[in-house]
Amino acid sequence: MLNRKSIAVGATLMLLALFPLAGSGFYIELVAKVMILAIFALSLDLLVGYTGLVSFGHAAYYGIGAYTLGLMAPKYEAANFWLTLPAAMLAAGIAAFAVGVFVVRVKGVYFIMVTLAFAQMFYFLFHDTKFGRGSDGISMNFKPIASIGGFTPFDLSNATHVYYCVLVLLVAVFLFLSMVLRSPFGRALQGIKSNEHRMRSLGFPIYRYKLASFTLAGALAGLAGYLSALQFGFVNPELLSWHQSGNVLLMLILGGVGSLYGAVVGAFAFVALTEIFQALTRHWQLLLGGAIILLVIFLPGGLASVANRFRRTLIGDADDA
Amino acid sequence: MDIYSFLIQLLNGVQYGLLLFLVASGLTLIFGIMGIINLAHGSFYMVGAYMAFTLSSLTGNLFVAIVVGVVLSVLLGIVLEWALISHLYKRDHLEQVLLTYGLILVFEELRSLIVGNDVHGVAVPAILGGSIPLTATLSYPVYRLFMSAVCLALAGLLYLLIHRTRVGMMIRAGASNREMVSALGLNITLVYRLVFALGVALAAFAGMIAAPVSSVYPGMGTQVLIICFVVVVIGGIGSIWGALFASLLIGLADTFGKVLVPEAAGVTVYLLMAAILLWRPEGLFRRAG
Repeated sequence: MLNRKSIAVGATLMLLALFPLAGSGFYIELVAKVMILAIFALSLDLLVGYTGLVSFGHAAYYGIGAYTLGLMAPKYEAANFWLTLPAAMLAAGIAAFAVGVFVVRVKGVYFIMVTLAFAQMFYFLFHDTKFGRGSDGISMNFKPIASIGGFTPFDLSNATHVYYCVLVLLVAVFLFLSMVLRSPFGRALQGIKSNEHRMRSLGFPIYRYKLASFTLAGALAGLAGYLSALQFGFVNPELLSWHQSGNVLLMLILGGVGSLYGAVVGAFAFVALTEIFQALTRHWQLLLGGAIILLVIFLPGGLASVANRFRRTLIGDADDA
Repeated sequence: MDIYSFLIQLLNGVQYGLLLFLVASGLTLIFGIMGIINLAHGSFYMVGAYMAFTLSSLTGNLFVAIVVGVVLSVLLGIVLEWALISHLYKRDHLEQVLLTYGLILVFEELRSLIVGNDVHGVAVPAILGGSIPLTATLSYPVYRLFMSAVCLALAGLLYLLIHRTRVGMMIRAGASNREMVSALGLNITLVYRLVFALGVALAAFAGMIAAPVSSVYPGMGTQVLIICFVVVVIGGIGSIWGALFASLLIGLADTFGKVLVPEAAGVTVYLLMAAILLWRPEGLFRRAG
């Protein structure tokens, strides 16, 4: 049976798929950017929404994914998409694993502080050393080429092709995560989130589950970072800054934590919000900060809670029937 | 490294550590007692430094600026606790992180609106302007010694306040059980408000006395905040002793790290934190319970 949710999802997908036919170049790039952020938010939702680990340093893995492309791209020719994309996910995954070994040992507020501190360490690594060419970052002269043995299925210097590439990857990440969450592994993560002690007494190796979740989330964030570097042809240390980590948490809260749809909606809401604020004033961060404060105080459940409340008043008693 | 440069670095490290302690102690108190993780704590340090800059150029005297600044920051703390932080006591950490993240954006942007984005210097007061000669070429500035002395005195006062006074007793009681304390007729709302204001004042004070040494620049707040997180993680959250010990450890590690291995200067303290996490994930001085 088709329920309301699948109709909404189908309509959204149709809209996204048809959008480049109607939208101008600027909006095609903007929506592609939003979908990249949606992948980033989805990866964080695995940690925050389903494993109960509030990471304030998720931008580190996003940035490492982006820098992987920047560092692998040769100066006078194009990098290979099929080689650099897995490499970016691998690099971000390894970094997340290395950090995870330390951070998943601690809980709650410690976890927030420690993830932020390690993310800052990576930030300094790229900002202060010659390794990533310092604070200027790296500009890439060529977009990666997606050719396999002479055949090139899509052209990454074409914004519309990039758009569809990102859309396909967003859908793939979404489906992959919903599969993971339905698997025994995903169920165990959700069990850890709701009651860690019980899961431990049931014999689950909590540490390993959390570490796996942290690594997977890092690798997916690396994918998002890679796509962002691909889209803009440019990487700099600000990709790893704690503002970026704060913003992706904000996306989750906007859309509602613990829902994959919420992460995607949150990315759209976040970009819409910042675009509106930036159009209003140069000091848009003031408005953004104020909006965050009001959001937390008055709408603890995010935009999703408004939608639910609205639906309940709209449908009224129909739910009981 | 000869003995005199070693001594200078040692004094610098202790001075930096003690300064960190002022900020970190507020952070750890606010978490330990009120259960709030406050990302905006670094902003109070930044606000303090900018107050020192603005008020000392208005009044012409850093000491007057500090006195006025402390009064203003206590008021700021009271207002913020009343208007925003008090909504967070029953909320989870994620919401606390977001609200205080929003506060950082507001403070940074207000700073840019009011004072601009330039780097400013603050003059060392004339009385403390001298240096103590160590050798023919090396000397140590009096102002840095003064900073260390003031921070040590404040650490002592903080200890007395928490462990030897009636207010301190209420604070410690509030930390262990909020409901029980208010059931016993103590005004826990007031206690929380005071603790928050105390934390804000300590951070702002640290910013004010550091201003002549570190200068005043955008982003100074977050830099301090993240180092203070490292301090709190190493020391064990909620522990004043832990904060003092870890501040000195980080101050020394950072100072000597910059001298001995300049290439890895940015990451020394994080590696130290990683090592301590492996050894004692709950920090060195975690309170029982």
